[in-house]
Amino acid sequence: MAENILIAFQNIFNPMSFLLMILGVAGGIVVGALPGLTATMALALLVPFTFVMDAGVSLMVLGGVYVGAMYGGCISAILVNTPGTPASIATTFDGYPLTKKGKAEHALVTAAFSSGVGGVFGALVLLFLSPPLAKAALKFGPPEYFWLAVFGLTIIATLSTGSMLKGLMGGAFGLLLSTVGISPIGGDMRFTFGFYQLQAGLELIVVLIGFFCIPEVLCMIEKKVGSQDVITYKPQKGVAKSVILELIKKPVLLIRSSIIGTFVGIVPGAGGNIASLMAYNEAVRFSKEKEKFGTGIIDGVAASESSNNAEVGGSLVPLLTLGIPGAAPAAVMLGALMIHGMRPGPELYTTYGAVTYTFLFSFVLANIVMFVLGFYGSRHVARVINLPFNQLAPIIVFLTIIGSYSIRNNILDVGIMIFFGLIGYVTKKTGFQPGPIVLGLILGPFAENGLVQSMLMGKAEGSMFQVFFGRPISIVLIILCLVSVILPIIAAIRNRKGGVKVAN
Amino acid sequence: MKKLKFIAPVIILLLATLIAAGCSSGSKDKKGEAQYPTKPVNYVIAFDAGGQSDIEARRQQPLLEKSLGQPITVVYKPGGGGAVAWAELVNQKNDGYYMAGFNIPHIILQPLERKDAGYKTEQINPVAIFQKTIIGLAVPKDSPYNTLEEFIKAAKEKPGSITVGGSGTNTGPHLFTLLLEKEAGIKLQYVPFTGAAPATQALLGGHTKAMAGNSDDLVKHTDKIKILGMASDQRFKALPDITTFKEKGLNISVSVDRGVAVPPGTDPAIVKKLEDAFMKISNDEGIKAQMLKEGFEPVAMGSAESKKYIEDKAKVFTELFKSVAPPAKK
Repeated sequence: MAENILIAFQNIFNPMSFLLMILGVAGGIVVGALPGLTATMALALLVPFTFVMDAGVSLMVLGGVYVGAMYGGCISAILVNTPGTPASIATTFDGYPLTKKGKAEHALVTAAFSSGVGGVFGALVLLFLSPPLAKAALKFGPPEYFWLAVFGLTIIATLSTGSMLKGLMGGAFGLLLSTVGISPIGGDMRFTFGFYQLQAGLELIVVLIGFFCIPEVLCMIEKKVGSQDVITYKPQKGVAKSVILELIKKPVLLIRSSIIGTFVGIVPGAGGNIASLMAYNEAVRFSKEKEKFGTGIIDGVAASESSNNAEVGGSLVPLLTLGIPGAAPAAVMLGALMIHGMRPGPELYTTYGAVTYTFLFSFVLANIVMFVLGFYGSRHVARVINLPFNQLAPIIVFLTIIGSYSIRNNILDVGIMIFFGLIGYVTKKTGFQPGPIVLGLILGPFAENGLVQSMLMGKAEGSMFQVFFGRPISIVLIILCLVSVILPIIAAIRNRKGGVKVAN
Repeated sequence: MKKLKFIAPVIILLLATLIAAGCSSGSKDKKGEAQYPTKPVNYVIAFDAGGQSDIEARRQQPLLEKSLGQPITVVYKPGGGGAVAWAELVNQKNDGYYMAGFNIPHIILQPLERKDAGYKTEQINPVAIFQKTIIGLAVPKDSPYNTLEEFIKAAKEKPGSITVGGSGTNTGPHLFTLLLEKEAGIKLQYVPFTGAAPATQALLGGHTKAMAGNSDDLVKHTDKIKILGMASDQRFKALPDITTFKEKGLNISVSVDRGVAVPPGTDPAIVKKLEDAFMKISNDEGIKAQMLKEGFEPVAMGSAESKKYIEDKAKVFTELFKSVAPPAKK
């Protein structure tokens, strides 16, 4: 194994490979930043180019792209409230308010640093803890997925700044939206209104772009009555250093979010979107300044970004050890591995050890490269929002149309995006947050699949109770759900009793 | 005017992009099919990137480009288990620059079970079928069942207690499970998953007792599972030690076949040219060996043969579906 590691280092520090990896990270960042273009897509486009490269180098490049794309999503999330990838949904909650306060660079540097920390954390876990963690991933069966989804839904409480009722309605609406298409179990067609394209259901990114981006653009058009822009960015000296110093003082936040991200990544099927939302939720729960979340504090951005980059490493754990991808981009990497003749499993670490270790170590490096690029790029990227609005708005709309088409090469998606954009505008005006709706949309399939599959298992075993409530991991998740729901209620009661006004 | 100065470059950029996009789809070709293809050909994958259809297309891509002399553009149109892509396929221009991978039994079962799948089985115009995946029954390595007989005996003792995971509802694995129940006279509990990977994960994690899986997944995980039987007519070349159901007197033959099709009404000369390119790949020894190693059965069926194959399978599956499908179809 030692020789493998030596060979790995030689491979990584080969100038050509290193350069290719940096290009991969940079390319990934660009793709991630463009709304509608996802990490999965970037990887799928690149895989054919890697045929001509040797296996180690191609994995280095692909890994770099994956890492870069996960970070890149924060750029559009922060600057124009549009998650560049679904993993950056939670970054919009505090990232965009920061931009509105003129602190775009703060947000971008926070994102770069947190992504770097989270990414390195995930990469180290991948390197050292893969086999035992993969076994843990297998213990997640349908009941566990169900309770995980329920736990995820409790995040609605955190995201409903303002009215809890509206948050719940939003969540319910999101769940309803998730049922469009063919039911995963039983194959019934639901809410397709005769459009065959809707058999596939609503594509998350399309709805995201609609809900997050279009309303903001419309609002900006409203505000701007032929005069100056509302949001500007003025470069300030020393922002980057001060932000990083502040973040270093919050190691618990970063580590906790990274752990959540890695763990969610390891569970196959749960990806960056769930990871970042959960980490954000926990950051709020453990914070002493809960009210500040959502108004623009770097903690929110740090939690979201560190967890979604940690998720990348996590998603590769079950992939390399079991051949089961932890998330969609990992599935494309599986394809790349197969094409080079490498089958996931113990073989990877023995027969193909040199290549695998090359990849694993370069993966750690890629996260550092990403941080460097993000750190130095932030100042320049932030200037995008200084563009006069009459240029910026059309460019944004143009990109969103291309983005929503390119997901499934389906023109109906563009129509859906515009449709939800308008709905999002209305809901925004009436006080509904997009967060709970999107949460329902993401978690609906997990909850439904988990529920029905568990019920079938219960039917076979003859005991529903045992299946839902008798499994160790499920019990842990149920307790988490209860804690998640009850704690805020207790806190609210205590506050009221203590005579302190609760701003609700 | 100041405003024009700003807007102009944006408009130019927009126009340039649109023109570039338009150019790639090419102008009308009146030169005649002898020179086909004269521009890139779209190869649509009905599933997500990274999946088996994708890997197969990537394997074929360089060889196709060599045979046809033009780039092959792989495009993903996932959704509805493939239905979205196939619905689009049958409505595309049949000029030979658009082809899509298709799967049997999907293209047969989907129009049967869904009112608006968007296409009909007869509209799928096959160019070739190049791969077969046999469905097999697998249990975890530590399962109490070592042979098919033991499995069936246990199922008889406790009807409905053995969970069998598989990918999808009314798909190959599901049909296989229903057939197994019918032929062996047992009652199992099928648990549908959203894909082969989740079904495999559930099996390996011990959440389901058995799995109806594609041969390539079974081969991928042979060290962690026991395969009790394969649903092929003869012993499966990639797994020669595993018995077939037919040998045990159970008439179960279920496979997932992969091929490629063009829109209906495409010029037969164009179809022939594509067919030749795909047949060349199917008959390539290196490709055949690769496929076997991964757990697939290489197949080389041309256009006419594929069409007949689809019709035959359609008859069989339609009957099966009607007789064996769950009664809850309102």
